[in-house]
Amino acid sequence: MFNKDRWKEILEVLTSNWFRTILTAFGVFWGIFILIILLSAGKGLENGIMQDFGDIATNTMFMWSRTTTKTYKGLPKGRSFLFKTDDVQAIRDKVPNLRFISPRNQLGGFNGANNVVRGLKTGAYNVYGDYPEIIKQDPMTITSGRFLNYNDINEKRKIAIIGEGVKDGLYNRGEEVVGSYIKIQGVNFMVVGTYKKKSNDGDGEEGQKEIFVPFTSFSQAFNRGNDVGWMAITANDGTSITSIKDKIMSVVKENRKVHPDDQRAVGHFDLYEQFQRVQSLFGALRFIAYFVGILVLLSGVIGVSNIMLIVVKERTKEIGIRRALGEDPWSIKLQILMESIFLTIISGMAGITLGAMVIYAINSLLDMNGPVDMFANPSVSLSVVIGALAILIVSGLLAGFIPAQSAIKVRPIDALRTE
Amino acid sequence: MIEIKDLHKSYKMGNNKLHVLKGLNFSIAEGELVAIMGSSGSGKSTLLNILGMLDELDEGSYTLDGVPIKNLNETKAAQYRNKFLGFVFQSFNLINYKSAMENVALPLYYQKVPRKEREEKALKYLGQVGLKEWADHLPNELSGGQKQRVAIARAMAAEPKVLLADEPTGALDSKTSYEVMDLIQKINDNGNTILVVTHEEDIAHMCKRIVHLKDGVIVEDKMVEQVRAEQYV
Ligand SMILES: Nc1ncnc2c1ncn2[C@@H]1O[C@H](COP(=O)(O)OP(=O)(O)OP(=O)(O)O)[C@@H](O)[C@H]1O
Ligand SMILES: [Mg+2]
Repeated sequence: MFNKDRWKEILEVLTSNWFRTILTAFGVFWGIFILIILLSAGKGLENGIMQDFGDIATNTMFMWSRTTTKTYKGLPKGRSFLFKTDDVQAIRDKVPNLRFISPRNQLGGFNGANNVVRGLKTGAYNVYGDYPEIIKQDPMTITSGRFLNYNDINEKRKIAIIGEGVKDGLYNRGEEVVGSYIKIQGVNFMVVGTYKKKSNDGDGEEGQKEIFVPFTSFSQAFNRGNDVGWMAITANDGTSITSIKDKIMSVVKENRKVHPDDQRAVGHFDLYEQFQRVQSLFGALRFIAYFVGILVLLSGVIGVSNIMLIVVKERTKEIGIRRALGEDPWSIKLQILMESIFLTIISGMAGITLGAMVIYAINSLLDMNGPVDMFANPSVSLSVVIGALAILIVSGLLAGFIPAQSAIKVRPIDALRTE
Repeated sequence: MIEIKDLHKSYKMGNNKLHVLKGLNFSIAEGELVAIMGSSGSGKSTLLNILGMLDELDEGSYTLDGVPIKNLNETKAAQYRNKFLGFVFQSFNLINYKSAMENVALPLYYQKVPRKEREEKALKYLGQVGLKEWADHLPNELSGGQKQRVAIARAMAAEPKVLLADEPTGALDSKTSYEVMDLIQKINDNGNTILVVTHEEDIAHMCKRIVHLKDGVIVEDKMVEQVRAEQYV
C-alpha cells in the first residue's frame, strides 16, 4: 500500500498539472487556515478575559448586608443591619457542601484618607480582618515571612501581612520588613509577612496595596464587636455556589430577622455565575470558529473532489489499460483515494503551518508592544491541530470516495474502444 | 488451449438487439498462430474481447487452459487477465507518462514482483524487441512501430499463455507491419499461442491458420503455409 511505486505515481499525477493542483490545494489550505486563525483568536480573547479573573477561586460568592425593604417580626422596613459572627456558624451548620466561609471586615478603601503610619511615612491602604482561608479564595504568594494562622485568630495577635505595594510605600529599599511595626489607625501591628498577588484588575497595582490582619484582632482593635462586614463563600468542587446561594441567603435572613422574601436586604455577587457566562460565551465562539472554518474547508474539499473526478475522467483510458493488464480494481480505488488524501493533507499542513506562523507573529507583536486589553497569547493547542489533521484525513477520504467509485466503474472494454 | 462452444453475443441498442456473434465453435491448441479475418463489423473485436475477458459472453462456453471462464467478478477477471493473457492493441495503449521500461514492467507490478526483478525482466523483453536503448524514453518519443514493439514486450512480460492482438499492424505502414509480424512469429516460434485480428491478407498469411468471420459466424477455418516476415524486413 505504501510502496515506492504508489507514491511515485501519486506525485506524477499531482505534479503533471502544477497549476491545477495548487489551485485545488488552495481551497483546503484556506479552509484550515481560517479554522486555525479563528480558533486561536477565540483562545486569545479567552486568555485575555481569564487573566482578568486572576487566580481567584471561581466557585465563590460575595455577600453583604444592605437595608431591609419589608417589615418583619415587628421590625420596620428601611432598617440597616450587619451580619454577625454567629451567622457564619449558622451557615456552616445548615448549608452542606461549603468549602470556605470567610467573614471579613474592612478599613479604608479607594481614595481613602491615610490610615497607616510607619515612622515618618504614611499611606492609605485597604486593611482587612480575615481568616486564614482567605488565601485560598483570593490566592496570593507569600514573598517573605508567613500568612495568618489560627493561633493568630485565637490569641487575637496584633500582626499584619502586607502587600509588596505597601512595603514599597512604607519602607526604604533593603529595610527589614518582617518583625517591624506599623500603626493602623493608631493601633500597632507587627508585620509577619509580605505577599504578592496576580492581578485580577487591569494593572494589578491595587491588589498589592492591602494589609491582612487576623479577624479577631481587627474586631477588637477597631471596635467591631461581633459585626461582619461581608463574607466570601466558596462551595466544594462539584457543587456550584450558584445552586446553593439562595439557601445561604435564607439562612442569614432568618438569623438576622429579615423577611424571607426581602430580595434587596442581602446583596451578593456570584463569581461563578459570571464565570459560567463568560465560559459559555467562549463555547459559542469556539462553535462559530469550527462552524465557519469547517464550512470553508468543506468548499475546499468539494474542490478536491471535483478535480479528482476530472482526473479520473482524463485517465479513463489509462485506467482501462491498467485493468486490461490485470490491475486489481481495489488497487485503482486505493490509488485515487490516496491521491485525494495526500493532496488534502499536504495543503492542510501548509494551512496549519501558515496559521501557526501568523499566530507566532501576533504573539511576538503582543510581546513587543505590551499587553492589550482582553486579548492575550492567542494559540491553538496540540489537540486542535491533531483534530484538524483528523478532519483533513476524513475530508480527503470523502473527497476521494466518489471519484474512486467512478474509477472502478470504468469498464476496460469501454475505455479501450478506439475512436 | 482455447475452447469455444456455441458462443453467442449480442448488444442492446435501445430497443433493438444487435446479434453480433451467432454461435461460434472452435478450439485453438497450444502453440498455434491464428489470424482472425472478416469485414468491418463482423465481430472480430467482440470475439477477441470475450477471449480476453474484457467482455462477457451471453451464451455458450469458453474454456482457457482447462479453466472454465464464466461469472468472474472484476477482481478475479483482473487476476486471470494478468496471469493468462497478453494484449496488443491497434492503438498501442501505452501509458504516456511512464517510460517504455515502466510500461513493460506494469503487468509484473500487478503481480507484485519486486522492483529490481521487474526492471530486469522488463529490460530483457525490451531487448528482445530490440528497444533496450529506448528503455527510458516516454511513448511519445517513439515511432508507431517502436510503440507497438513496446506494447508487445509489455504483453509478453507477464509470460502469458495466450497473446491476443487486435489489428496490431492496423496503424503501421507495411514495412513496420512486417517487423511487428516478424516479432510475433518469433514469439510463436518459442511456443506461445497467439491470436491476431487483421484485415490484411498478407498479414493473415504470416500466421499458420486463418479463421474467417462473416456476419457473426465462421465461414472458413483453414491452415495456411506460413510466410515468414523476416524476408521483407
Ligand atoms: N459496446 C457495444 N455496444 C453496441 N454495439 C457494439 C458494441 N461493440 C461493438 N458493437 C457492434 O458490434 C458489431 C461488431 O463490432 P466489432 O467491433 O466486433 O467489429 P470488428 O469486426 O472488430 O470491426 P472492425 O474491423 O471495424 O474493427 C458492430 O456492428 C458494432 O457496431
Ligand atoms: Mg475491431
